[in-house]
Amino acid sequence: MNNRTVIGSVCILLLFLASWEWGPGVMGMPEYVLPKLSRVWSEFFVMWDNSDLLKHTLVTAAEVLLGFGIGALLGVAIGVVLGLSPATEAMLSPYILALQIAPKVAFAPLFVMWLGYTIYPKILVAVLIVFFPVMINVLSAVRAVDPDMINLIRIMNASRWQLFRLVEFPSAMPALFSGLRIASTLAVIGVTVGELVGGNLGLGYLLVDSEGQGNTAGVFVAIVGLTVIGIVAYAGVVFAEKRMLHYMPKANLVTA
Amino acid sequence: MTTTSPMYVVSESDGNQPAATASKARVADVTPTRVEIEFRGVSKAFPRKGQKDAPAVVKDLTFSIRKGEVVSLIGPSGCGKSTLLNMGSGLYSPTTGTVMVAGQEVKGPVKKVAFMLQKDLLMPWRTIEKNVEVGLEIAGMPKAERRAIATEMLGKCHLAGFEKHYPFQLSGGMRQRAALARTLAMKPDVLFLDEPFSALDAQTKMVLQQDLARTLYNEQKTALFITHDLAEAVALSDRILVMSARPGTIIEEIDVNLPMRDNPLERRKLPETGPLIGRLMELLHVGEEGSMH
Ligand SMILES: Nc1ncnc2c1ncn2[C@@H]1O[C@H](COP(=O)(O)OP(=O)(O)O)[C@@H](O)[C@H]1O
Ligand SMILES: [Mg+2]
Repeated sequence: MNNRTVIGSVCILLLFLASWEWGPGVMGMPEYVLPKLSRVWSEFFVMWDNSDLLKHTLVTAAEVLLGFGIGALLGVAIGVVLGLSPATEAMLSPYILALQIAPKVAFAPLFVMWLGYTIYPKILVAVLIVFFPVMINVLSAVRAVDPDMINLIRIMNASRWQLFRLVEFPSAMPALFSGLRIASTLAVIGVTVGELVGGNLGLGYLLVDSEGQGNTAGVFVAIVGLTVIGIVAYAGVVFAEKRMLHYMPKANLVTA
Repeated sequence: MTTTSPMYVVSESDGNQPAATASKARVADVTPTRVEIEFRGVSKAFPRKGQKDAPAVVKDLTFSIRKGEVVSLIGPSGCGKSTLLNMGSGLYSPTTGTVMVAGQEVKGPVKKVAFMLQKDLLMPWRTIEKNVEVGLEIAGMPKAERRAIATEMLGKCHLAGFEKHYPFQLSGGMRQRAALARTLAMKPDVLFLDEPFSALDAQTKMVLQQDLARTLYNEQKTALFITHDLAEAVALSDRILVMSARPGTIIEEIDVNLPMRDNPLERRKLPETGPLIGRLMELLHVGEEGSMH
């Protein structure tokens, strides 16, 4: 990003914050519909002091992290296995497709029924929703390796494992990371829905709780908190991607 | 892998043999130099699933290449040159006939055989030196040893100082040099080269040809070299095999019979090269009706 785009972006942010602060007043919107920015800001401190905002945020963050980590690992493992075994993939593909189409968050109430008002159903929803984009991306990347590259390595008398370790896995890395970017944002969605459905912990719980009290500003605080967690998760993936894929020409990375 | 077979005839120039066994082996000599690559009645078809008799892509391929010889293979595109090469390197098995390399029937990848394509096939995630080492790493060579070889080969290929670079930081010509270094790092006896320089600009190409020719000559390596550049075929090889259109088969075998195989830049300037190229053009019907694809 050059200087002009940075200045442009900052201007848009300021414009947005300004219209949040003064817009509702100008349009005569009541506070329970759209509280102005400063009202949300003060609500943030109220919740920090009285509602354990920090604890709830950390719980949600931990659920996101665990769900993302487990889902990503599973996605990589199964993506690799299916990528290397076209027969298995062909056999499973209708079910994979069905599961992929199924709205994963709809499982949240079921998981709560199974696992109770704990953090586990939330993690499980996140795992399920994170798993697919990672698996699909890894699967197709392992499949898409240049056959000439494979031949070159085969002529060097490589074993199956060497072929995987030296060629197939590393060449799946860029696709893995674009899967992880999507997954990082989906993890937050999964956890949030899990928390909305049941339990008394996490920002999703605070959100429902504030709603029940008619505290619109509190709802906004929870939404902002969830967004911040999502941004941090996404930035973490981008950071790791930049370190791992440093060998790629800059133009090939989505956000350089 | 053992390399004893009747085909394996030891020559005087084969410096690898201890003197005592060499003299004993010489009793059995039939030809002065041993045959390194041999195709005997080879054909190849690619039948689709359930298809019985697919048309042959190449057929009746019979030829042999002696140790230390550089042979070019030319022919119209799609005539099966790459298919032939892939059978030599053990990637495809022939539908009929046998392929022998270093006195052994080829049934899969063979040791001491290296392969180079038009694409550099450098792994973008490895530094240049690690790319050059990859074959040695696969063979289980200790790190320090293979690093030394990589450094040496990169020096030979005029890439000293680029060891730690990544492929994307190099120009096309340099990348192909690195691919050549990777090929030579395997210390192969036999090289299969599939249009290795055809994506390069004319000058880079000539410099790389020079390096390759010198190495092949000095180290007495055997090479089968596919090209569509007729001047390149004349400049680099001892012999040229000409293939027909599909189903490809060898229609002509030309002895180049020119000096300076180790110096293609000079060889190109010889007066004999012009007529030779002209003859190849005739054989390939270059410029005639119907030859333009
Ligand atoms: N693995 C394969 N499966 C099916 N057909 C192939 C395969 N490899 C080559 N062919 C066919 O063989 C023909 C010759 O190909 P190729 O050997 O690459 O020609 P050349 O290198 O002379 O241009 C082509 O028509 C191609 O479609
Ligand atoms: Mg070809």
